[in-house]
Amino acid sequence: RGRKTIDDSTWEDLEEALLVADFGPDITEALMAQMRAQVAKYSTTDPEDLNRMLREALEERLAKHDTTLKLSDRPAVVLVVGVNGVGKTTTIGKLAKFVANSGRSVVVGAADTFRAAAVDQLATWAERAGVDIVRPQMEGQDPSAVAYQTVEWAIAHGTEIVIIDTAGRLQTKSGLMDELSKIRRVIEKQAPIAEVLLVLDATTGQNGLAQAEAFLEHAGVTGLVLTKLDGSAKGGFVLAVQERTGIPVKLVGNGEGIGDLAGFTPHAFAAALIG
Amino acid sequence: MATFGTLSSRLTETFKNLRTKGKLSPADIDGTVREIRRALLEADVSLNVVKAFTGAVRERALGDEVNRALNPAQQVVQIVNEELVAILGGNQRRLQFAKKPPTVIMLAGLQGAGKTTLAGKLAKYLAKDKHTPLLVACDLQRPNAVTQLEVVAKNAGVAVFSPEPGNGVGDPVKVAKASIKYAIDKQHDIVIIDTAGRLGVDAELMKQASDIRKATNPDEVLFVIDAMTGQDAVATALAFQEGVDFTGVVLSKLDGDARGGAALSVVSETHRPILFASTGENLDDFEPFYPDRMASRILDL
Ligand SMILES: Nc1nc2c(ncn2[C@@H]2O[C@H](COP(=O)(O)OP(=O)(O)OP(=O)(O)O)[C@@H](O)[C@H]2O)c(=O)[nH]1
Ligand SMILES: Nc1nc2c(ncn2[C@@H]2O[C@H](COP(=O)(O)OP(=O)(O)OP(=O)(O)O)[C@@H](O)[C@H]2O)c(=O)[nH]1
Ligand SMILES: [K+]
Ligand SMILES: [Mg+2]
Ligand SMILES: [Mg+2]
Repeated sequence: RGRKTIDDSTWEDLEEALLVADFGPDITEALMAQMRAQVAKYSTTDPEDLNRMLREALEERLAKHDTTLKLSDRPAVVLVVGVNGVGKTTTIGKLAKFVANSGRSVVVGAADTFRAAAVDQLATWAERAGVDIVRPQMEGQDPSAVAYQTVEWAIAHGTEIVIIDTAGRLQTKSGLMDELSKIRRVIEKQAPIAEVLLVLDATTGQNGLAQAEAFLEHAGVTGLVLTKLDGSAKGGFVLAVQERTGIPVKLVGNGEGIGDLAGFTPHAFAAALIG
Repeated sequence: MATFGTLSSRLTETFKNLRTKGKLSPADIDGTVREIRRALLEADVSLNVVKAFTGAVRERALGDEVNRALNPAQQVVQIVNEELVAILGGNQRRLQFAKKPPTVIMLAGLQGAGKTTLAGKLAKYLAKDKHTPLLVACDLQRPNAVTQLEVVAKNAGVAVFSPEPGNGVGDPVKVAKASIKYAIDKQHDIVIIDTAGRLGVDAELMKQASDIRKATNPDEVLFVIDAMTGQDAVATALAFQEGVDFTGVVLSKLDGDARGGAALSVVSETHRPILFASTGENLDDFEPFYPDRMASRILDL
């Protein structure tokens, strides 16, 4: 008596929790089926077991990829991309500080020449992180020119890490997506690109998938950054993104402060996802 | 993993085998309602809203109007559409102006939702109507938010009140309060207050927003929400409703391909109308909100 057993309401609650965490209907269905099969296989009736099996299943699915940043090239060029307002510039500030703390020299490139005061915003972050910045030479300069000049500057100064900010763009805008491809090509004239980080906002729903697919196609994304995990949103859609694209989450943002950046740990993320 | 077409085609598929059977059974309707549920979840409509909504649709679908219809699938889509429009447009209205100027409009929302850009859009739109809006820089937190608003004001061709440098310096409540006096002195008939982005779970910053509201007694408090938002839309909207209370909603970034289920979630959970749609990065990318277009978009019709 008083001991809980797995019943209809357990399954209902589980389905709700998955949907509310933004896993989306497809992944939710798949996970539900997987869990029903496991509960049957081990003939358990204990909701605690179900919870543990779910956490393990999520962890296993999330941990399929290597989540480490590859920054061994010299210079190691990191290009940061994503839709509007997700946290690209802020992430660059945090990452610059993190890399600089480990003793590496860093320069950031202000290749968002479109958004109002985007260059000033990045400059403030560069100052906070204590790193160098290459700014556009004139207002509204071609972003690929700024990217080029930043890499050129790094090579000339022997700077180890280059992080390039880009303007936010919705993945449906083909002209702006082509611009990203151009930025890539221009950078690659001087140095290989070590990482292309796609920043995704944890509050995003199922559109996150479309974002990832389009940015993968046009910018050759190598890693995901999931920001704003300090809010109430869980960001469950990244599981579908990872599985669909094979691109791992490498960093998570959990605040507006310069220290609010962490590596991605499937264990912690899975635990937070299912509450 | 299965991929599905639009709701219309999926419902037509579901109904294909039913046409000869005559009256639809509750079980037939269940299959239909499941398809609607899935379509709404794929469009990021929040689960609670989906439940209430599909319940209402189920009732109507069991009634005579569907059974008598030549094309029951189309009829159900029609019902779904009508119900969506009713929720989205129930309270549609225009901006409220103060009887005695200045009209005060305060903007609030999560980080990166599109508040500062909207401040410029609103100002430009109102200036075209011979108003003399003043933009007020009360985001003293985010790096260079003040500079951003100054640039936006310049691009919109309107005045800006930005006495504090920001980047952590200055008191937004004081600035908000001072802006009203400034607007009266300089004869600005509209004051648009830009505020820092804040999370629903950040009690301290929510209190600050509420203090700005108390200090300025706005005619409109507009909650700006990104059309790409997922299931979190409701939790966040309710937190802002409780924390600052808002009088209307603006849906931003509708120029993308997000289906925008957040619109439905926010309106049905907070009972606040959506006034405007923000549809791009340029200051003219701004229009009144059309519930019928939004319903079609959510359903992918
Ligand atoms: N709470 C929270 N806020 C964040 C986080 N990362 C960024 N932000 C905030 O989100 C807003 C947008 O951040 P930005 O770095 O300007 O985003 P962006 O992607 O560069 O934006 P655009 O360049 O305009 O496309 C700012 O208010 C940031 O302070 C995070 O991890 N948590
Ligand atoms: N595509 C598109 N981008 C938009 C829209 N509205 C705003 N943006 C972009 O979204 C990003 C964030 O906009 P902001 O106006 O800075 O958002 P905010 O709410 O003031 O952000 P914080 O002050 O950091 O909380 C910028 O890149 C804007 O250009 C829109 O309707 N469509
Ligand atoms: K969270
Ligand atoms: Mg930026
Ligand atoms: Mg702002």
